[in-house]
Amino acid sequence: MIDWLLDPAHWSGPDGIPVRLIEQVGISGISLLIAAAVALPIGVWIGHTGRAATLAVNAANIGRAIPSLAAIGIIAPITQAFDPELGFKVYPTLFAMIILAIPPILVNAYAGVAGVDRELVEAARGMGFRERQILGRIEVPIALPVIAGGLRSATVQVIATATLGALFGFGGLGRYLVDGVAQNDDGQLFGGVFLVAALALVAEGGFALLQRALTSPGLRRAGSSSGVEPA
Amino acid sequence: MDTGRGRAATVEFDHVSKVYGPTAAKAGRAAAPGAVNDLSLAIPAGRICVLVGPSGCGKTTSLKMVNRLIEPTSGRILLDGVDAASREVTDLRRGIGYVIQQTGLFPHQTIVENVGTVPRLLGWAAPRIKERSEELLGLVGLDPAKYARRFPSQLSGGERQRVGVARALAADPPIMLMDEPFGAVDPIVRERLQDEFLRLQEELAKTILFVTHDIDEAIKMGDLVAVFEQGGRVAQFGTPTELLAAPASDFVARFVGADRGLKRLSLSRIRDIELRPAVTGRIGEPAGEARRRALADPLPYLLLVDAQERPVGWLRDVEIEGDGVLTEAMAIPMSPLLSPETTLKDALSMMLDADVHTGIVVDRAGRVTGLVTTEVIGGFLREPVQAATAKHQPGERKPAEP
Amino acid sequence: MIDWGWIGDHLGTILGRTVQHLELAAIAVAMGFAISFGLALVVQSRRSAYPLISGLAGVLYTIPSLAVFAALVSITGLSIYTAEIPLIMYTLVILVRNIVAGFDAVPNDVLDAADGMGYGRRERFQRIVLPLSIPLIVAGLRLASVSTIGLVTISATLGDSFGGLGFFIFEGYHRAFPTEILTGAVPSIVLAIAVDVIFVRIERRLTPWAPEQAARLSIPERRVPGLGEAGG
Ligand SMILES: Nc1ncnc2c1ncn2[C@@H]1O[C@H](COP(=O)(O)OP(=O)(O)O)[C@@H](O)[C@H]1O
Ligand SMILES: [Mg+2]
Repeated sequence: MIDWLLDPAHWSGPDGIPVRLIEQVGISGISLLIAAAVALPIGVWIGHTGRAATLAVNAANIGRAIPSLAAIGIIAPITQAFDPELGFKVYPTLFAMIILAIPPILVNAYAGVAGVDRELVEAARGMGFRERQILGRIEVPIALPVIAGGLRSATVQVIATATLGALFGFGGLGRYLVDGVAQNDDGQLFGGVFLVAALALVAEGGFALLQRALTSPGLRRAGSSSGVEPA
Repeated sequence: MDTGRGRAATVEFDHVSKVYGPTAAKAGRAAAPGAVNDLSLAIPAGRICVLVGPSGCGKTTSLKMVNRLIEPTSGRILLDGVDAASREVTDLRRGIGYVIQQTGLFPHQTIVENVGTVPRLLGWAAPRIKERSEELLGLVGLDPAKYARRFPSQLSGGERQRVGVARALAADPPIMLMDEPFGAVDPIVRERLQDEFLRLQEELAKTILFVTHDIDEAIKMGDLVAVFEQGGRVAQFGTPTELLAAPASDFVARFVGADRGLKRLSLSRIRDIELRPAVTGRIGEPAGEARRRALADPLPYLLLVDAQERPVGWLRDVEIEGDGVLTEAMAIPMSPLLSPETTLKDALSMMLDADVHTGIVVDRAGRVTGLVTTEVIGGFLREPVQAATAKHQPGERKPAEP
Repeated sequence: MIDWGWIGDHLGTILGRTVQHLELAAIAVAMGFAISFGLALVVQSRRSAYPLISGLAGVLYTIPSLAVFAALVSITGLSIYTAEIPLIMYTLVILVRNIVAGFDAVPNDVLDAADGMGYGRRERFQRIVLPLSIPLIVAGLRLASVSTIGLVTISATLGDSFGGLGFFIFEGYHRAFPTEILTGAVPSIVLAIAVDVIFVRIERRLTPWAPEQAARLSIPERRVPGLGEAGG
């Protein structure tokens, strides 16, 4: 495995580690961004207004129950109908990544905002905050750790799904796993395992740090006194 | 120091009702049991008006209708004569201080940021916000150097409440709404916060609507007290003295408690009542003359004083020898010493403790100014209210407006 | 687009794969539960072990499942262990944290009362702590079961004898036969959702006092990464 990882030949060309890594990181990042762009506003809005909360939470729970593989499988026949080539190789995994990233982001955004003490929100309103100011200055900052937790979950999910995509003709680091097994090449297989695991752990750890950084020191000391923790 | 003295406004509830629930509100049935029903109340500027009553009687609802966190179903609320409903709502709220029991301090902001909240909303310049916030922290007894950079979670309950008060005062609002502001702290801290707040109010003279369910707090804090009963109806509105001396109904009488006589005593001070003149004899004075004076008075004692008129002890009138002079050696131990500031309740309590019927009132310099007896205090309670001169009489303090 | 005839011809296989799917998942959750319960007991007596246990389980959870399956193939071959080890591994973080949270959730005054009435440590645990922690434990089982049902599909990479309904997804994909893909995908989604719904029912029955929404929304801890993910 170490030999394989250190072999310069594996660090160049269109099948090289840098290209695969960028592929996987880039596509994962884009999927996350798209999912966040959809899920964050909805989750925050539901948390603030309390409207449609049951519906959203149930939908998100169903979303979280969908197996990644099943998501890819269901999407494949549909996208194939539009684009026989990419629609069977790239889009199923890409769409699955986006779709599967939405529920954790949405649920945490909702729970984080809804979990902010209502007394606090009313105190802010009573002092003359506009609704947007309540959201932007009170609810979202206090909910940030929970919101970041959702992004963190989604990231783990997205990277795992991208890896799985290799089975369906999707690029990325998962290819080393698939090819390693197919070619009985343990060096490539374990090199791939190492890279995939390292990427997932680094991304997860990065989000954990981000989560800490986004937590106001006042909240850190307060523990759960602000009522941020969902039940 | 610009503490905003004299900025106060009148608050008037004009036939205000609140019915919760969309159906009831739409139907508008007169018989619908609302949280607040046809509330009319006029609160003069610069006074503390306490809304007190059992839980669920509509105090919080009434309070929140002032800053329109709750909109009345019908009726108007006038602030300095202007209908609150006609004002832009955030603008209205920024001009009204709001303090709640749970403090509502923002946990993710430092104390100084919390206090500067409303000035920031109003767009003040940063240095001015900082200066004002620190000034206010000092005003509520928190050293800015020590507290400004802390977070609410690092403060005790009492300290948090002070910050809550400071935050509400930040933009110098003419009106303050306080919903059980001292309800979440222990009795000793509560007492101190109450005292400090009363002292602050002496200086600020804001119009304050203060909600509590504790009748003792109401009596202590209120210039005026509105006793609520179920459905936001005012069972009685008056000074604490009026409330205690003449409860308007059985409900009020029961609510203020069987000990309302004693509570009244805590509202009045020695200076409010007429003292009995003390028959005194100075050390070194001829005894015969003193004896004659003492015997002429119904009280069987002569009060022995020193050259500065300070009390030394009692002499029983019949036991004073006719010849010689008065000496300290003859004196028997004294009754408690009372000051004009002592409440009647404390005075009575001190007299009962000392097992005597007479207390000696002395001025700042310790000179005797008169006597209080248990009968005098009893007589005070029997007097009609109008004659009682309590600190809370509405006409006593000049309204703040010119 | 869908070849109903094919489905009709393969009803027996579909049923067989569904049973296999449930078996693989049930074994993993049962084993995972046994291990997690043991670990939670360790944490009960040695609190200092918790960050380590929970952290390690979290790390394992973060590793993409395909990598774990692929790596195991070259170690344990194409055996049942190759399928079950990863499945069990992914239940640990959810179960350990939920069981510990369940134990922790027993209020101190209740524990004091039990001590005051003379319960021994063991009795107290069996009669007070355990019954009171059941709702959170069941919540953990729910998340773990749903997640495992998703992961079982991926064990299809190990060959024909594994994968449950995931088998159809793979085979269908390689044959470019949408009907077969959907024959694997749709029932596996239905299975996951059905298990979720059943557990929600159980949870609600166990905690009739909980408000409706709290019972459905289970994000027990903000630090748990990706709870309730279907894996992948
Ligand atoms: N948002 C609300 N919706 C419906 N009913 C309410 C609401 N808020 C208060 N109430 C009801 O109105 C009544 C008065 O409540 P409140 O003003 O909070 O009383 P208080 O502050 O005197 O305890 C109570 O019966 C309460 O149950
Ligand atoms: Mg109230």
